[in-house]
This record gives sequence, structure tokens and C-alpha cells, in this order.
Amino acid sequence: MTFDIALYLGQNGVTLAAIYGLLAFALVLVFAVTRVIFIPQGEIMTFGALSLVAMRAGHPPLLVWLLVGLGIVAWFQDGLAILRTGRKRRLLHAGAINLGAPLLLLLLVYSLPLPTMAYSQQIAIVLAMCAVFGPLLYRVVYAPAAKASVLTLLLLSVALHIALNSLGLLLFGPEGSQLPAFTDGSFQLGGMPVSLQSLWIIGSSIILLAALFLFFRFSLYGKALRATAVNRTGAQLMGISPVFAGRAAFLLAGIVGAWSGILIATTTVIDYEAGFVIGLKGFVAAIIGGLASYPTAAAGALLVGLTESFASFWASAYKDVIVFLLIIPVLLWRSMASGQHDEEES
Amino acid sequence: MMLRRLPLILFIGALCIAPLVLQGYPLLMLNYVGLSVIVVLGLVLLTGVGGLTSFGQAAFVGMGAYAAAWLTTAMNWNPWLSLIAGLLLTTAAALLLGWVTLRMSGHYLPLSTLAWGIAIYLLFGNSQTLGGQTGITGIPPLGLFGWQLTESWQFHILIWGVVLSIIWTVHNMLDSREGRAMRALKGGVLMAESMGVNTTRFKIILFVLAAQYACVAGWIYAFMQRFVNPTPFSLGQGIEYLFMGVVGGIGDLWGGVTGSFLYALPREWLHSHLSALLGRSGNFEGIVFGVLMIVILQRAPEGLWPHLRRLWPQRESVPISPSAAGAIPLDIRPKPAKGDTILRLDGVTKRFGGLVANDAISFEVRAGEVLALIGPNGAGKSTLFNCISAVNRPSSGSIRFLGRSVEHCDSRRVAQMGMSRTFQHVRLLPRMSVLDNVALGAHLRGRHSFVASAWRLDRAQELRIQATARDALQRCGLLDKAQLPAGSLPLGSQRVVEIARALAADPCLLLLDEPAAGLRYLEKRELAKLLERLRDEGLAILLVEHDLDFVMELADRVVVMDFGEKIAEGKPQEIRRHPAVIEAYLGGVGDPA
Repeated sequence: MTFDIALYLGQNGVTLAAIYGLLAFALVLVFAVTRVIFIPQGEIMTFGALSLVAMRAGHPPLLVWLLVGLGIVAWFQDGLAILRTGRKRRLLHAGAINLGAPLLLLLLVYSLPLPTMAYSQQIAIVLAMCAVFGPLLYRVVYAPAAKASVLTLLLLSVALHIALNSLGLLLFGPEGSQLPAFTDGSFQLGGMPVSLQSLWIIGSSIILLAALFLFFRFSLYGKALRATAVNRTGAQLMGISPVFAGRAAFLLAGIVGAWSGILIATTTVIDYEAGFVIGLKGFVAAIIGGLASYPTAAAGALLVGLTESFASFWASAYKDVIVFLLIIPVLLWRSMASGQHDEEES
Repeated sequence: MMLRRLPLILFIGALCIAPLVLQGYPLLMLNYVGLSVIVVLGLVLLTGVGGLTSFGQAAFVGMGAYAAAWLTTAMNWNPWLSLIAGLLLTTAAALLLGWVTLRMSGHYLPLSTLAWGIAIYLLFGNSQTLGGQTGITGIPPLGLFGWQLTESWQFHILIWGVVLSIIWTVHNMLDSREGRAMRALKGGVLMAESMGVNTTRFKIILFVLAAQYACVAGWIYAFMQRFVNPTPFSLGQGIEYLFMGVVGGIGDLWGGVTGSFLYALPREWLHSHLSALLGRSGNFEGIVFGVLMIVILQRAPEGLWPHLRRLWPQRESVPISPSAAGAIPLDIRPKPAKGDTILRLDGVTKRFGGLVANDAISFEVRAGEVLALIGPNGAGKSTLFNCISAVNRPSSGSIRFLGRSVEHCDSRRVAQMGMSRTFQHVRLLPRMSVLDNVALGAHLRGRHSFVASAWRLDRAQELRIQATARDALQRCGLLDKAQLPAGSLPLGSQRVVEIARALAADPCLLLLDEPAAGLRYLEKRELAKLLERLRDEGLAILLVEHDLDFVMELADRVVVMDFGEKIAEGKPQEIRRHPAVIEAYLGGVGDPA
């Protein structure tokens, strides 16, 4: 391997790492706040990216109908609870909360001239859809079992992954697609061509992570989420509803997921089932951080990205095998570092 | 009796008749269901018994199948040798995965099996040696006693024979000393370790067993199909195995069987009918199945078996058989004489960062006395209790139990030495019978392993363990409740069951963490009488307690702690008058403020 190739692979690896880092961040956040191991993060990515592809090709993004459907189910779930208390007037209120955003998006998608709008505006609409998508998934799938064990929540995640993955085929078809770069062109850095798109990817990831850091550090909502992550019962006693915290975490996961999906679709071809494997690589990064530490998860993302990039050069057929088996030495290291039993939760 | 066994007899009868009345595709389907059952039974052990999960069982099935295929074609090995090789391979892989993940909290194993499941599947598909995506063909038929297994009915007998023998051996295994230890994993690491159970070891055993069952299923599959390719060993298939268990009810072996039938048959039907119905080559059954799974997990997380189970009579309680009633309890260890020092603390200090929770505490406990450790909230009683029971290590000072130092021991070693404890918040296994809960206390006094239990070679010893447990219950006056589920007892009785469990370990020293908390007056009186009886038998009892009336009536000596320091020690009547104690409990008596 020459130095040039190593530089190129390094750049490619860092670009991948930026995306895995975003995913790992969302996974750690969702796990800390809700104890959900959010496998369908990968589907949010592909749904976001493929909705954008559909929009640009002049098709209405069918995701919005899924949102309306989920909103109706959520209304139904809330309605059952309301009917038991007998306060029927709250039915309309619940309907507005659950269905308001999906219907608004439906209206937007079918009234705006989507294919001719600017790229950035199209992206904004996709991000808005996924920002609604995440909390609705939480409400419909996880909230009814919020007190269940981590294991049951994990099984729910896997079931949701299977349902969404199959739905993806129905919504977007089997073809793979790619998105155009935000900005074409490249420049020279130390004798190596660097594409502007990788700058976009790395830069936007860093900015997004920094913004989230500031949000968690200084804003009241961020602090509320952190409080829930540290101690659910304690936070609830301080008036922070766990359902609110769960929805907020899934909202962030939805936006971050869609954004990373769009980023990755500008570098490679994405089809309806690509998200799962990419999401799992985010998991490997998150596991390196013990599903608890954001900086370690970021370092983990770097390790995963570089491993994948270099593995694809030496043994391209086995690159995913290598990335996923990376988890064994990592867990070995974590197990040695922790050394003792974590006290189990009840 | 007959009625209770009827479903089992009908089930086995139906299996015997099946090859006579079914042929072709339905019989083949039944064989596939049987192979799934083998894998799912392993998951019942892992998830239902051990509280762990694996999504990667299909990878272990694949290792069994590929070991069979590759070794019998490329290497010309005997098929039976390839089974041994496959089992060794899966065991090694499961040991490695288990060893790196099972010392940490529960969700690392399922996550790493996700990655593992993908990696192994990709390995099968990309390896040229293993035939890539096309796989390996031309596997020779399986020979057994000169017969060649080629027909569906032959495999029917083999597969369901394996299923029934797994059910029988697992059933036996769970009903034994080490089986109780496995079931105790769900009661939490702390409780199980205090009873002397090596929890990491049992978690790894359960994971390895589950992997081996999967490997056997894969091995049979290879010889039934006579070719293998990567498709059936994908992560998706691994997830389906887990769902079969969850649908049926992963807490019970028959739940696993039910789940495999309930999952496989409708799935087949959906697969052929849904696409015909909707007229598109979509993946509709995935949507239907995903949604169904979500609904089942939300509405019936225990699966369908517990609901089915109610359709026929249950056994209420098992009368003790004459051979069991005549069994002699286990031999007891020699006990120190009354008045001998059993536990000696010398300058025990425990610091958490800058906080000194225990500051140079010294006292002794002697055989045949009740020593009470009291003090206001935050005095450091629980920390000291944890140091003595080897949950925490003291920062300095020495703790000697029967003349031996315990600062560097773990809970298991301390239990082995004859220190037995109860918990402030009752830690019983609510669904297990009272007798089994108590028998768990005798874990360290038995020898037989789960392998012997699986084949019922442990019965003589098991009877003695049961007799020991009944003996302990007798001493505590709860023998008539022995067959009830522990969770059905009132709190007062549950605390007594914990004491009986501690007694089953044949201890010299009993550590009781707030035994009277939450008890009503009469229950406290009963408890005090029990503890007095045990003291008169020569046991040393150290109890941490808040209830001063209870302590003052019962204890021979009292140690009072406040702010991490020992402020007084003496007989109850001396303690009552001790100025420092009055100060600590009532705060500045005589202060003008």
C-alpha cells in the first residue's frame, strides 16, 4: 500500500466515521433515556434518504402516509385510555396531538411543487417528516411497554425492524438509488484530493454533535433529558414526564437518523434494506462506548470507520465480517476494564 | 394423574401416528418444525431460565450444518465424526462469546449475537472453500446401524426422538441442584452469589447448551437436505427462532414447542397466500409478522403457553413420596462451641472517596448469641453489613471469620465458609416452590453436576437435599407451605423462608438485614421466638435492625453506630441508659435550644 492510498482510505474512513458517530450518538441517547435499543434507527435512515430520492424524482414521498397511519393508531391507543376515564371531550384533543403534524405534512407534500424546489428545502421537508416519525414510533410501539425489561424492548425493536424493513420494499421498491453531492468539486490538501462532499459530511456531523452537546449542557429541555437518563423515577418526581422524555429522544433520533441517511446516500447507493447493516455499525461504535459514553462512542465510530475503509482495501469481500467481528475484542476489553458484575436492573 | 398427563400422551401419540398418515410435504414440514423446536428449546433455557437472549442461534445452526457438509464432502469424514467436530466448534465459539459478554450486564450478549449472526452468515456466503452463495452439494446420506437415512419418516423419528430426549433431560436438569442455581439467575446476581452460585459459570453453561442444541439441529438439517447454502442461517432466521419462543412462551419448554408450531405453520400459509392475495411479489408476511409480534409483546409478553396451560387440570401439590420422606438430611459441619468467637472485626474502615462510611469499627460475635447492630439512618450499618458479607471490601482493618480473614473473599467463598444471609428486600424466586427456594440454600452442600442430573443420576443426593430443605422449613415452622409458590406467601412468611434458606446452608453465623422491617406485631413476635430458638441451638446471629423494641427484647448484646463510628456496645439495658445513644437517637437532650 502506498502512502497515497493510505491517505485516501483514511479520508474515506473518517467520512464513514462521521456518519457512524451520528448514529451512535442517537442510539446512546435513546438507550439512556428510554432503555430502548433502537435497531430501527437504520430504517429511519433509509426511509429519510429514499423519501428524498422519491421527491426529487417527482414521486410523492409515501412515508407521509405511514405517518398518517401511525397517527391514527396512536389516536386509537389514546382514545381507548380516554374512553376508560369517560372524558370524551379529550378525544378531539388527542386526535389533534397525534394527527396534527402528519396531516400538516400530508398537505405540504401534496401541495408544494416538490421536484422543482431547492435541494435544501427538500431536505428540510424530509427532516420534518422524520422528526414526526420518531416520536410516533415511540408512542405506538414502545410507550405501551415502557416499563418492560430491556430484553422485551429489544424484542420490540427487532419486530419493528422486520415490519419497517418489509414496508420499505412496499414504499420504495427494490431499486437502489444515490443522492447528488450537496456541492460538487474537490480541492487539494497536502497533495490529496479532498471532495467537498466529505467536508460537508464531516463538518455537518461535528456541528450537529456540538449543537447537541450545547443543547444538553445548557438548555432546560436538554437537562430534563439528561436527568431522565440518570434516574427515571427521580426525574419523574421533579415533574419530567418519561413519555415526554421518550418522545423528545425519539425526535432527536429521527432527525439525526434522517440526516445521516441523507449523508450516506450521497456517498453510496442505498436500497430499502441497507439501513440495518449501517445502523448495526453505529451499534458497534455505541457498544465501544458501553452505550453510555458519548466521547468513547465517537472514538468507537472512528475505529469502525477506519477498520471498514482499510478492510475494504485488503479483503473487500470480508469487510463487513471484519467490522462485526471487531465487537469481540472490544467487548473483551470492556469486560476486562469493568471487571465486575454490573448490578442488574429489576 | 391420568388427566394431567393426557395432553402429553396425546402429543406423543400424534407424533407416533404422523409418519403413518402423513407423507410428502406435510411430513417434511413437520420435520422442519421439529428442527426449529430443537433450536427454540435452547433459547427457552437461555432466555426463559437464564434471562439472557441470543439473536444469533441461526449462526450456530449454520456451523453445525456447514461442519457436516464440508467435512463429509471435502474431507470424506464419517458423518458422526462431523457431529463431534461441529459440537466442538460451536462450543468453542459460544465459550468465547459468552466469556467476553456474560460478565457484563444483560444487553451485551444479545447485541453481540446480532453482530455475530451477521458476521458468520457473511462468512458462509463469501468463503470460496464453503462454496460461496451456492453452498455445498452432494452430502452423503446419514448411516445409522447399517441403515441409510433418506426418507422423511426416518428423519421424523430421528428429529422428534431428539426433541423428546432434550425435553426430558432439560426437565430433569432444571429439577436438580444445579438446575435450581440456573433458575436462580433471574433472582439477581447478588442473591444467587450469596447462596454460593457461580452466576457467570451458569450463564455460560446455558449459552453453550443453547448453541449445542442449535448445532445438532443444523447437523440433522444438512443430512436431510443433502446440500447447504447460507440462506437459512441468516440473522433474520436467528431472530425468527427467538420469536417462536416468545410467541409460545419462552418461560416453559412446552411454550417453545407450541411457539414453533404456531409460528412455522401460519408463516408457511401466509407466505403462499398473502402474495397470491395481494398479487405482488412483496414481503407482506414480514409486515404482518412484525406487527403481530409487536402486538403480542405488548399484550401477552409471557406468550400463549400460560393461557393454553389453564385448559386442563394442574398439579396442586405433590405429596412427598415414601422414599423422599425417609431420606436423611445432608451431613452437617462441626460447629464451634457456645461462647466461642466466630466473627471478629478489628478497626474496619470503609471509605467512598472522601466519605468515611465506617470508621475503625471493632466488635466480636460469639456462637449462641444474638448481636444487634443499630443506629440512625445513614449510620453506616448497611455498609458494614456489606463488608462482612463480602459484597464490599473494607478500605482497611481486618474481618476474621472462624479465625480466617475474609477481606479478600467473594460472596461465594464466604457462604462456603459458613456465613449465610438474608436480604432487606426479600429476594425469593416468586414462582418457584418454597421448598425449592429453601433447597437453593443447600447449593454448596451438594456435588452432582447438571450433566448427571439430566440423566437422573443425582436422585439419592437430591432426596437428601430436599430432606435438608424440609428440615430447615420444619425448624422455621413453615413445612406445611413447602409446595406453594414462594410469591404467594405474605411478607412475614417470605422473610422466614429467607431464614430457612439461609439455614439450609448449615451456617455457623446468620446475617439478617432488617428482618423485622414491614412485619406486623404478631409476625415480629413469631420471628423473635424463631431467632431465640436458633440461638439456643448454638447459632451466632448478627442482625441489623431499626426496630428498637424488637432488638431490645431479643439481643444479647447491642452495638450502636452513628456517623460511621461505633458509639456504644453492651447489654440492652446498658444501651438504653447510654448517654451517647440517647444523644444520637433523640438529639441533644438537655440542650436549652
